Amino acid sequence: MSSSVLLGKLDWSAIPLNEPLPLISAAVVVAVIAAILGLVTYKRAWPYFWKEWITSVDHKRVGVMYVVLALVMLLRGFADALMMRSQLAMAAGTAHGYLPPDHYNQIFSAHGTIMIFFVAMTFMVGLMNFVVPLQIGARDVAFPVLNSVSFWLTASGALLLNMSLVIGEFARTGWLVYPPLSELAYSPGVGVDYYLWSLQISGVGTLLSGVNLTTTILKLRAPGMGYSRMPIFTWTALASNLLIIAAFPILTATLGMLLLDRYLGFHFFTNDGGGNAMMYINLIWAWGHPEVYILILPAFGVFSEVIATFSGKALFGYRSMVIATMGICILSFMVWLHHFFTMGAGADVNGFFGIMTMIIAIPTGVKVFNWLFTLYGGTVRFNTPLLWAIGFMITFVIGGMTGVLMAVPPADFVLHNSLFLVAHFHNVVIGGVVFGAFAGYTYWFPKAFGFTLDERLGKASFWCWLIGFYLAFMPLYLLGLMGATRRMQHYPETGWQPMMIVALVGALVIFAGILLTIAQLVVSIRTRDQRRDHSGDPWQGRTLEWSTRSPPPEYNFARLPQIKGLDAWHQAREEGRKTLEAAPYDPAEKLHVPRGSATGFVAAFFSVAMGFALVWHIWWLAIIGLVGIVATGLVHAWRTVHDIEVIPEDTDLARLIGPSPP
Amino acid sequence: MTDAQISQMTPEGSEIPISERGPAPTRVVVSYGFWLFILSDIILFAALFAAYAVLSGQTAGGPSGHQLFDRGHVLIETACLLLSSFTCGMFSLAIDQRSARYTYVFGAITFALGLGFIGLELSEFTEMIAHGNGPQRSAFLSAFFALVGMHGTHVTLGLAWLLGMLAQVATLGFTPRVVGRLRCFSLFWHALDVVWIGVFTIVYLGAH
Repeated sequence: MSSSVLLGKLDWSAIPLNEPLPLISAAVVVAVIAAILGLVTYKRAWPYFWKEWITSVDHKRVGVMYVVLALVMLLRGFADALMMRSQLAMAAGTAHGYLPPDHYNQIFSAHGTIMIFFVAMTFMVGLMNFVVPLQIGARDVAFPVLNSVSFWLTASGALLLNMSLVIGEFARTGWLVYPPLSELAYSPGVGVDYYLWSLQISGVGTLLSGVNLTTTILKLRAPGMGYSRMPIFTWTALASNLLIIAAFPILTATLGMLLLDRYLGFHFFTNDGGGNAMMYINLIWAWGHPEVYILILPAFGVFSEVIATFSGKALFGYRSMVIATMGICILSFMVWLHHFFTMGAGADVNGFFGIMTMIIAIPTGVKVFNWLFTLYGGTVRFNTPLLWAIGFMITFVIGGMTGVLMAVPPADFVLHNSLFLVAHFHNVVIGGVVFGAFAGYTYWFPKAFGFTLDERLGKASFWCWLIGFYLAFMPLYLLGLMGATRRMQHYPETGWQPMMIVALVGALVIFAGILLTIAQLVVSIRTRDQRRDHSGDPWQGRTLEWSTRSPPPEYNFARLPQIKGLDAWHQAREEGRKTLEAAPYDPAEKLHVPRGSATGFVAAFFSVAMGFALVWHIWWLAIIGLVGIVATGLVHAWRTVHDIEVIPEDTDLARLIGPSPP
Repeated sequence: MTDAQISQMTPEGSEIPISERGPAPTRVVVSYGFWLFILSDIILFAALFAAYAVLSGQTAGGPSGHQLFDRGHVLIETACLLLSSFTCGMFSLAIDQRSARYTYVFGAITFALGLGFIGLELSEFTEMIAHGNGPQRSAFLSAFFALVGMHGTHVTLGLAWLLGMLAQVATLGFTPRVVGRLRCFSLFWHALDVVWIGVFTIVYLGAH
């Protein structure tokens, strides 16, 4: 490819005009985006979106935007999944299916990247953003503008990654771009560069979000909320964000080294010059394994809240749950090598990491028993969130057991890179994180919007996901044991085909579940007037977020609640007062909420420009992008009005009682 | 007992545990958040140090650190940076006194010393590259340039930040926000010193 000053490596050959599939899917995406933008323009809703959402720094709005982004990305990632499953259902024996290997490799790489970074991660960060400040009785996160910046950087990364669908190509290397395959010598195209810049930009957003939420939890809890009174979801969010602070810099450094290799001819991971590709694999998993717990711990938190609420009981073993959470948080840094036992580190090293991996099953087991004992003897209500939780408990235990199986190094030598592994991690990610995400979505939706989601469609969606999951992934365990490897575009063994077809049927059932989720949202919005929740507490919840009205006012709490114990809101309801005790009234204290800011959106705009320019070597545009980001920061630094004074509404004040003014 | 201490007592007279005293003041929250950011930055360096440790022997037939590094040069560099940390401390004291004049004076000295450090580092880099010992030469040199260069990039960003902060003092004065940012800046500057101690010890003194 030649290179010009004006357009770098970019020319017409970047548009896949001769490949109908990506072109059609790209056209659909562009058409949908154009339709949405057209609708917003037609309804003259731009001022509303700009003021209330795009420039909003309210943690609740930011949280909702994260979840919306995750749901949209779920559709993209799932489209990739359907293509892979249908390809494999066809490509047995001499048949080669409809996806050429080159395209198929991009699809599985994009699927993994999107699902982990822009669905699972984004969804969990969104839930934590929305819920944590409400649960700890805070008015917002510690750094509201930074929070908006984090979200928009995540969205930039997602946009950049999706641009690769239309302009150029995506990585063909798998979702973790292992060298030496991802080095310039073997991947000379822009695919790996799209991956790297997309993740570097969104990674900065994630790191800043981790700093923000950790500070929020440790420094902004309402008076009286000591650590032993923190709701369990907040505890898991704390663990998850501590892991983000400790792990994401490793990802940034590792991807940075690969960028230096690719752009400036460094020799970190190359075959020549003394580079060491296995160092990449060690480093990437030193981030990657904690990442697994960054995703699953908040999901554990969601299930803990959901199971306690819908059992009408306090969570069994609160303290053991906290200890288990923090134990997993620490252990997660001591097991990374189990992702590559086959590296050949020797029996002692493999033995150590195998045992450490098995030890993680102990705190996880403690959690499962705590959930079971919470349900036991409870007044259980089988609402949709609880169905997700029960489906999770069964599915996740199976996934956990196959994980412990693979923690045995000799077994792993047989199962490494097989479909058994693919089945295992989908078993824990779908059964754990995705179910957790949907449980949290249905549980907190009425808090965010003031009306409940349709139960019937929600349950139907759950059953589709559950059944679809088993249909899609149980065959993969068997196929893996029979020798089928991951990332294969076709296979000679026609005996595998029936099970591949079952897996496709499973994926289609999950697709039905996704369609039902969309239907649930549409139906619920249409019938919202009948499903309004005026109490603010539709589920008889236990924690502080249920003490506010739904949707909560922008200041969350008119006065800071005074916390006397665990499950303060449940306590208040038990005592029949339905109001929280509040901190002593201070007439001098004025209520401030942070002013909206376009900083995040504008910085993200320039980040996309810079990322795109760096992918295509358009240096002048990269410089403009960088200057734009710096200028945006400077404009923000010279802003003098940061807060708006608000007067709390009487209905919000009435939800709190407290000592009268001295 | 001061009023502040009394307000942290329960009606029964026992002290309220720190964890139950409610939201911390903004001053504390900002510094705390920045401390967390610095911790994450230290981990970024930890990854680069690890890479350096793995690759430091991989010279691919090229020169080793022992042959390349001029310890006298690096000692002067180190002296510049450590002195700048001292002047940065004076800078913080001037801010505490709300003395604009001394803030500018010590800010300028800190800036000059930081600039001297960067200048010396760049002269070392350009000389190595001119002799064909750039980062493309070997994995050892890749790791060296990435680790030391990352520290240098941080110092450069710190210098830009310092200029920005002096401009903020000049235009906005010592507002709580500006003072908070100045405090974060000095944390950042001192943290870079700590990292440099690691670089100096492991990379330059440990060269073999």
